[in-house]
Amino acid sequence: MQKIIKIKKGLDIRIIGKAEKVLKKAAQSCLYAVKPTNFHGIEPKLCIKPGDFVKAGSVVFYNKHNPRIFFTSPVCGIIKEIVRGERRKILEIIIKPDEQQQYERFVQGDPLKMTREEIIDNLLKSGLWPLIRQRPYAIIANPSSEPKSVFIPCFDTAPLAPDYDFIVQGENKLFQTGINALTKLTKGKINLTLNPDYPASDVFTKAKSVEITYFKGPHPAGVVGVQIHHIDPINKGDIIWYLYPQDVITIGKLFDKGTFDASRIVALTGSEVEKPFYYKTMTGSMISAIAENNVKQGELRYISGNILTGTNIGKQGYLGFYDSQITVIPEGKKYEFFGWALPGFNKYSTSRSFFSWLRPGKIFRMNTNLHGGNRAFVMTGEYEKVLPMDIFPVHLLKAIIAEDIDKIEQLGIYEVAEEELALCEFVCTSKIEVQSIIRKGIELMIKELG
Amino acid sequence: MKILRRKIDKLKPHFEKGGRFYIFRSTFEAIESFLYIPDKVTSAGCHVRDNIDLKRTMSVVIIALLPSLLFGMWNTGAWHYRATGEAVNFWCCFWFGFNKVLPIVIVSYLSGLAVEFIFAQVRGHEVNEGFLVTGMLIPLVLPADIPLWMVAVSTIFAVIFGKEVFGGTGMNILNPALTARAFLFFAYPAWMSGDKVWVAGLKQGGEKIVDGFSGATPLGEAAIGNFNNMPCWCDMLTGNIPGAIGETSKIAILIGALILIYTGVGSLRIMLSVFAGGLVMGLIFNIFAVNDYMRIPAWQHWLMGGFAFGAVFMATDPVTAAQTNTGKYIYGFLTGLLAIMFRVLNPAYPEGVMLAILLMNVFAPLIDYYVVQANIRRRMKRAVSKGH
Repeated sequence: MQKIIKIKKGLDIRIIGKAEKVLKKAAQSCLYAVKPTNFHGIEPKLCIKPGDFVKAGSVVFYNKHNPRIFFTSPVCGIIKEIVRGERRKILEIIIKPDEQQQYERFVQGDPLKMTREEIIDNLLKSGLWPLIRQRPYAIIANPSSEPKSVFIPCFDTAPLAPDYDFIVQGENKLFQTGINALTKLTKGKINLTLNPDYPASDVFTKAKSVEITYFKGPHPAGVVGVQIHHIDPINKGDIIWYLYPQDVITIGKLFDKGTFDASRIVALTGSEVEKPFYYKTMTGSMISAIAENNVKQGELRYISGNILTGTNIGKQGYLGFYDSQITVIPEGKKYEFFGWALPGFNKYSTSRSFFSWLRPGKIFRMNTNLHGGNRAFVMTGEYEKVLPMDIFPVHLLKAIIAEDIDKIEQLGIYEVAEEELALCEFVCTSKIEVQSIIRKGIELMIKELG
Repeated sequence: MKILRRKIDKLKPHFEKGGRFYIFRSTFEAIESFLYIPDKVTSAGCHVRDNIDLKRTMSVVIIALLPSLLFGMWNTGAWHYRATGEAVNFWCCFWFGFNKVLPIVIVSYLSGLAVEFIFAQVRGHEVNEGFLVTGMLIPLVLPADIPLWMVAVSTIFAVIFGKEVFGGTGMNILNPALTARAFLFFAYPAWMSGDKVWVAGLKQGGEKIVDGFSGATPLGEAAIGNFNNMPCWCDMLTGNIPGAIGETSKIAILIGALILIYTGVGSLRIMLSVFAGGLVMGLIFNIFAVNDYMRIPAWQHWLMGGFAFGAVFMATDPVTAAQTNTGKYIYGFLTGLLAIMFRVLNPAYPEGVMLAILLMNVFAPLIDYYVVQANIRRRMKRAVSKGH
């Protein structure tokens, strides 16, 4: 019998630019980057210097706080440059790829016949371990801990999100291999979550040793924290690991071939994309390889990820480690005369204070304007409408601002990260930076409680 | 419009850091952002934001208040001419009321905004939009004859002691508009109660008043036990009664309520529960019915005095009301309950709504505290039961 959980609160933002289900091969990127900034809570310690030769899977840096966690190169080539920011913070390690791809060799074999330690070791050495993240805190999982269960959200409800069913088609075997490896990591369940609204790919439905749960409803029904909250909520001391279908396949490839195969499929989305298709590319590749000559005129914002939680990477930026989506939308750096007083037939809003409510079903071209100034919390009940969790978001945020550790813990910091509360930020009348505050709270918790 | 924009861009550097008029930056910002939505783009977190902002929200509330304001203007004139016995047409009534009410609105805005700007200036904050609504609410809960200097004094008092001392919009505990009214009520009771103040022209005298004309509001009549003089319920519904400028017509208030609810700006939870609380208290009085006041049909309390206006526009102030959804029901219900209780049991304060809302404003954080504690207990319980 299908287990269906209905999510009522939430919001599907009506924005233009969904990707067509056509798979293209992206042009070879001229540069690749490994970005320590993709990972929360780590401190990178470099293992290479400019001019060094690396293979796909060679260690580029490791985490100073946990030296077992390696970060490896997605391609074979020469280290071109190390880009640093303020206070010499490492931002990007740029790699110029060779024509010939050479791979580091890792252990190859059936994960079911391997021990937990062997599997973890293989994942750590190959640099695939960072694919597995943990809740609380949405940081890279600690290999010396054991989760009570593992979650793999197999559908994405974020705006213009890629269709995982399309991405994983035909990868049944590799997906199962990846799952087999994961089953060794936990004594608990491997939870797959699906959307009951359409028939899911048999890659998911026919997967073995997994528990499938269906989530029906608007975004954030597909967000992992919301799913955990409804299936197996996190209490103090609990740990849950999570990753996404493409990551499972990457892990499957590791055990199947013994190499780090960084290829992944991304959806190129957003109103400013000429041909919004799916592209086969690689982690860390420069997005101009697929976005160049494929976007409209004007000042644009290139986002690795979706419009709610993605990262602004610029025209010459690189695909993030975890992302399966690139979004291109117009920048909104312009003044609008009496903009707040206009009827607003073209202004998307969840409140019906603009006359765009007269156009139900219309999808909008949205830009990055803030549409107002930062204010104190004034309106109430807004966040609750888009957060399907038993959590008081405003009280949690205020506790974080006040740095009241006890309150932060009591109000449910273990259950949330940026993505669960991203919609709260979207709807906020006072333009409060909800996601930054939540991350600040998480960092505070890690600092204070370890 | 390009010329204006160019002018502003030219002036802007003077108000930025290092500029000559840097100290006036928040005034400049307020004016600029009033004229233009700023060109600020998202820098962290969500790349796209909802179009709503506080200016829009506040302007929706003002639009929702317009029916009450316009009706109030006409009604002020209508009752004035009824008192003097002159038969005049609709526009004459409206014009009289317009001339009476508009100065009050202007004084309220000018005095309140002046305080707001000064505080924003001193604190180096942007000017908050909260006062745009307060400035409109204050005139609507006052009698039309109120001297303008009183309006100014009470507004300044309310903005400073009702809001700014707590840290400005979003931080205040008491509803600023009701604080202004309460200030007037206790400081100048002669201008805020009795049967002379609610019809323009009655108090100052000088004009000929028709013999036997009573300017008492339904609440005033009820408070002194004059139930025979009470207007019929349909007059109280349409607003054909004397009273504070904006509170008489329940139909105008209903239109406002619908605007607030439909746009999602006002809280339906609070409005409904205030009315429910009022009804329940009315019914309790009906059951005991030891005096005539208690015998008034419970639903008629909705139509008397400022109950409806308070429920729709005052109790729903998001900053001073309870903030959790469960809390809103409790807060609203108790507000309604207390409003009718004060009104019926204490004839010294015929307008119970104002005091009930102010009292519940004070208790709202406590209500929220318990709702949040319940959430925390649920989470703790889950952890414990899992642990076994």
